[in-house]
Amino acid sequence: MSRPRNAWVLPVSLLLALLLGLVPLPALLQPLRPYWLALVLAYWVLEEPERAGLGAAFLLGVVADLVFGGLLGEQAMRLAIFAFILDRFRARLRFFPLSQQALAIGGLLLNDRVVSAVIHLVLGAPQHPWTFWWAPLLGMLLWAPLHFALDALRLRRRT
Amino acid sequence: MPPYAGPSAARPGDVAGVLRLLVYLVLAVVLMVLDHRGGWLRAARAQAEVAVQPLWWLAGLPSRAGTALREDAVTRTQLMRDNTVLRNALLVSGARNARLQAAAAENARLRGLLASAERGRLDVQLAAILDIDLDPTRQRLVLDAGSGNGVRIGQAVIDAGGLMGQVIATTPTTATVLLITDPDHAVPAVVARSGVRLMVYGSGRTDMLRAADVPLSADVRAGDVLLTSGMGGRFPPGFAIGTVGTLQPDDSRAFLEGQVTPAAQLDRGRDVLLLRGYKPVPAQAAASAMPLQPPPQAAVVPPAPQAARAGTEPAR
Repeated sequence: MSRPRNAWVLPVSLLLALLLGLVPLPALLQPLRPYWLALVLAYWVLEEPERAGLGAAFLLGVVADLVFGGLLGEQAMRLAIFAFILDRFRARLRFFPLSQQALAIGGLLLNDRVVSAVIHLVLGAPQHPWTFWWAPLLGMLLWAPLHFALDALRLRRRT
Repeated sequence: MPPYAGPSAARPGDVAGVLRLLVYLVLAVVLMVLDHRGGWLRAARAQAEVAVQPLWWLAGLPSRAGTALREDAVTRTQLMRDNTVLRNALLVSGARNARLQAAAAENARLRGLLASAERGRLDVQLAAILDIDLDPTRQRLVLDAGSGNGVRIGQAVIDAGGLMGQVIATTPTTATVLLITDPDHAVPAVVARSGVRLMVYGSGRTDMLRAADVPLSADVRAGDVLLTSGMGGRFPPGFAIGTVGTLQPDDSRAFLEGQVTPAAQLDRGRDVLLLRGYKPVPAQAAASAMPLQPPPQAAVVPPAPQAARAGTEPAR
């Protein structure tokens, strides 16, 4: 893989994903909030694995836990598992058409919800309401536009 | 399997990858357990949250901008209508206040006769809510005022309706409030009508609280108003917590469990009041002064909209 042309896109996109997780939504839409952080991380793991690996995912998760005020380590674990599975199937996923990639991402996001539910169950923390299980579906639908947008930003030629 | 799919047999890199994953998972578990237990990690966390604040501020920006825009865009007729409504509300509150003042004067006189301890002054500070969504499984708020504005851990937080929660963490410019609806939260309460003491726990939902372990013989009915009892010294006595909805036998069948509708607007208001300078009264004074006091917030002067602080007169 060639040198990234626009190196700033990675930190900026991750920061934006963090912000999108915090921005207040109406109570009705709140369960549908896609897991932006995982979506953006997925893009970077697929496209530039030398810059976004397991360690980056873990660190990002710790930061996210601090930012969202959740249990420290929960998102770190979720994102590490997410990045690991993605990295394992990276070679295959990269050759998938975007629609199939979206399906795979949807599956991973669903798995992420399961991981989160298990963590909450083990620690006796309150569970998310059942409506939160719709979020992976929305994440899946957002994968293609997000991919295009990040591709456009990352590969844009300097003028 | 297509040729581009890569070899399916385990490569040496795979084993290393799994090992790295395991290391990170163990790290995450250690973090979670430490954080779950509390302890020293809490202090480290408070430090780290200071670094996170610019992000919170940024995330709250769209909502603040939206509010400003909406306020700029309201029409003259809307303003006039609002004005009429508020004028009427002020009149009603004023009348109510006058009646309460009479009651407060009488109260003070009787108190003087009983020679009991005078209650401390209640000071409040207005703080805006930083409009961001934190982890939805926890019931918390972030306030736009921190230790730099005099907010301290343990302060009680109220709104016009009643008790909202307490400050659990502060940074120089923000404070985190644990709402009474959080499953980890408990408030000592007293039934306004009968003086029966209860504990009210959070349920994890914004619209419900739980009064647990109510004795079967206790004089508690649906529709009873619960006030803070002041026991434990964390919350001052006399603030509305909520109204008892239904009472049902709990799992053990030896006690009742009540659903309580919170009195405060917990979902999303814009400003809250922080109680300042509340000194827990000595135990015997608290016991004698506990039941049936008018909620002190009745005398709170409506503060200026943007003022960070508003000193008010106590109800006495």
